[in-house]
Amino acid sequence: MSETPVTTDTVTIEIDGVEMEAPKGSMIIEAADKAGITIPRFCYHEKLSIAANCRMCLVDVEKAPKPLPACATPVMDGMKVYTQSKRAQSAQQNVMEFLLINHPLDCPICDQGGECELQDVSMGFGRSASRFTERKRVVKDENLGSLISTEMTRCIHCTRCVRFLDEISGTNELGGIGRGDRTFISTFIERSIDSELSGNIIDLCPVGALTNKPFRFTARSWELRAKPAIANFDCVGSNLHYHTRRGKILRSVPRDNEAVNESWLSDRDRWGFHGLEGDDRVTAPLLRRDGEWHEVSWREALDFAADKLKASGNSGFLLSPNASNEELYLAQKLARGLGSHNVDHRLRERDLSDQASLGTAPGLGQSLAELATNDAVFLVGANVRHEQPLIGHRVRQAWRSGAKIYSLSSRDYANHFELSETLLVPPAELVATLAGVAAALNVKADGALAELVGGAQTSDSAKRVAEGLRAAESATVLLGHVALTSDRAATLRALCHAICEAAGATYAEPPLGANGIGAWQLGAVPHRLAGGADAPAGGMNAREMLASELDLALVYDLEPMLDTAEGTQATERLTRIPTVIHIGPFLTPEVQQYADVILPLAPLPECEGSLTNLAGLVQGSAAAQKPPGEARPGWKILKALADTAEVAGFDYVDFVTVHEAVLGELKNLEARDYQQPVELGSASAGEGLSVLLETPIYAGSSVVRRSQPLQETAHGEHGYISVHSETMAAAGLAVGEIAVNAGEDPIHVLLRADDALAPGTVRVTAGTAAASGLVAETFLKLVAEADE
Amino acid sequence: MTTLTADTQSKIDHWVAKFPPDRKRSAVIQALTAAQDQNGGWLSKELITDVAAYLDIPAAWAYEVASFYSLFHLEPCGRNKVALCTNISCWLRGANDLASYMEKKLGIEMGETTEDGRITLVQEEECLAGCVGAPMMIVNGHYHENLDEKKVDEILDGLS
Repeated sequence: MSETPVTTDTVTIEIDGVEMEAPKGSMIIEAADKAGITIPRFCYHEKLSIAANCRMCLVDVEKAPKPLPACATPVMDGMKVYTQSKRAQSAQQNVMEFLLINHPLDCPICDQGGECELQDVSMGFGRSASRFTERKRVVKDENLGSLISTEMTRCIHCTRCVRFLDEISGTNELGGIGRGDRTFISTFIERSIDSELSGNIIDLCPVGALTNKPFRFTARSWELRAKPAIANFDCVGSNLHYHTRRGKILRSVPRDNEAVNESWLSDRDRWGFHGLEGDDRVTAPLLRRDGEWHEVSWREALDFAADKLKASGNSGFLLSPNASNEELYLAQKLARGLGSHNVDHRLRERDLSDQASLGTAPGLGQSLAELATNDAVFLVGANVRHEQPLIGHRVRQAWRSGAKIYSLSSRDYANHFELSETLLVPPAELVATLAGVAAALNVKADGALAELVGGAQTSDSAKRVAEGLRAAESATVLLGHVALTSDRAATLRALCHAICEAAGATYAEPPLGANGIGAWQLGAVPHRLAGGADAPAGGMNAREMLASELDLALVYDLEPMLDTAEGTQATERLTRIPTVIHIGPFLTPEVQQYADVILPLAPLPECEGSLTNLAGLVQGSAAAQKPPGEARPGWKILKALADTAEVAGFDYVDFVTVHEAVLGELKNLEARDYQQPVELGSASAGEGLSVLLETPIYAGSSVVRRSQPLQETAHGEHGYISVHSETMAAAGLAVGEIAVNAGEDPIHVLLRADDALAPGTVRVTAGTAAASGLVAETFLKLVAEADE
Repeated sequence: MTTLTADTQSKIDHWVAKFPPDRKRSAVIQALTAAQDQNGGWLSKELITDVAAYLDIPAAWAYEVASFYSLFHLEPCGRNKVALCTNISCWLRGANDLASYMEKKLGIEMGETTEDGRITLVQEEECLAGCVGAPMMIVNGHYHENLDEKKVDEILDGLS
């Protein structure tokens, strides 16, 4: 913990005759806010630095010769402040008049109308008429991309957006250009704003200069109803409001929760829901008869599915890690009720060999706020900014307060914090390099791990990482998604745990998907029942299911080709399974190829549900949108399926009863600690090229992949293979389209040069049609053949 | 590739050395000045971006500074920069009349450059801290005080 002097010292001040205590060094506006005394403001924001440039918060302070800005005037003992005196009111009126000089009177056509701080403050503190008769100025608009709409003439130069991008997102994309009355806010070179947190400047903008582009001109704020929900696009579980009109979500805004998302929202959480507008939604149950698809009644579809479930002797359940607790709980209960323990939500993970020795559930091991107070953070195979933007934000917070950040990865990510040490190695060398760090810490290890650590080479950089972790008073080792989905995940995990133990650090493993924690706790893994107790042996995990001869598969809310490690191979294998029941919101050619019955799903946020975030918080989310056609919430579909198949224990009457059952299981959660696994996968030789499988920020789930606004951003373009330009030259390859023969038809993939990669790395974007894990393997073969 | 010449780079290095290593931003005014000097007195967007890259700061920060100070020119300008102060002290001492005189004499308005590229009248110069000798102007970095039409004639005619 960094040494901050504890200032318990307070002073006594008086605002508008109300006496109060305020911490020494705090500002008048903070004390007034705490006491509920209104002081108008534009530039002040409690999460940003103090700029004091709008002057709207001028207040009358006794003995001061002129009005003082409340946001930048520290409290002093005995200070008497008046916010309503004649001098204060006159100052507020005059500032308001200045602010409105160049502001257009276009409220009727402004999206901010009705929720505009300028309107509100002008009503409350301004004059009714302007004395300004000169010409108003006009400022050229900018195209900031597909998410943010601009009308810069409306800008009042509060610089909240500039300060947010400097201080919070760390991307410095906007600046105050020019001087005096000609100042304007601009990107300097016309370009889009690419921060993964960019949408927050829309909320921060007190006027209509920056507004939500996809939402533009669709509704007035007073027509909207706010539904409190939880974002289900990553495991942070950001709190938000979906704003709806007539049962349709039109936009989302953050809902303050200091413990989770503070007052921010990542762009993925804000605009992800647009994916539900996709025109390939399933609106009625579909049944395949003689190779043709027919719309059928729910009854008929359920009867068909239930008959097949009852008849099945070897079924497998593939579940989305983004589903709610209730859905996951019922799905695994259905599987186990039918006698099958083949249940899994870990679709992208390639190495599940250590599952028996894992703790109750992955997670952060601390609260999100605590993460920001670490003195050292070691990121192992993690692109935190893109995996969970708000975890990236917390790591940046830690860095800003002096923490040392270390990284082991195969790509030098464009981080918004500086790395004290970067261990950049190709994927095949991740294990050996991490073992080097472990060796420098003299970790306790037995068996395979001891052998690995004993034989490790420790570089100077690795030594410095080890030293930094040991020296830090509080440190965290974070296992990222790249590590989690690597083919040596179990070994990397074992090393991270050993390092944590030796260095006294906290182990953090943010799971893939929005509800990986809930899935583990509620039995959506083959070897653990809901509540964490051991399941009867023999249950297969996702990879084993796809590799074995199942007679029935239930696919729940995923697109196997894009959401599993097997890629296109998963589609082929599912097609060979005699019966596949698909429950999901989208109708794709892939589903039509493998499925026999398709049940239309209303996923979050079209249904009620709870999600468990990475800090273990169970948060409820309201149904915000009316599902299309006959789509139904998952818990209803699963209950109806169980009832029809005559599986006992599904006598729930409504959502609440299911939710209570979930809470009951969570109350009696079996506490398990991580045990060092006895065996680890064998070390692969670190020769030749190795594959880095990475899921781009907007490719991780079926809904996000369909969100048009997100796909149109700079991060939306994916589906390619990239290698370091040196590697490319050495392998005799060139930038451009290459044909990779995966399966029968060659797949055409774009090959790019990316010098941020460690030489010897082949980066493949998962979650995209053109670049599955299989493509990577065949690509490696292609290179190997070229070598010979 | 940077467009900064080796000479400009060494000038920037000289200034960067005066500040703590993590405060390279402090050298941005001097760096922009050096870049402007190498480019005939004005800064292109490309140059500003390269200065930012050289100092390892966001481009927007360099552009904020370049657009703020009247010392920096963002458009091509003449060989000689004439910046007449029109702020209050100079104004009270007749700067506005001098401004009109200069405009008429050169046949251009404030902010424009003579056709032969000899002189640029710098747009709207604010107080240059020479009130004691008002009205005053800066010509290519040199102060000229207590101006009248005769003095202005001498100075402007002496510029090549």
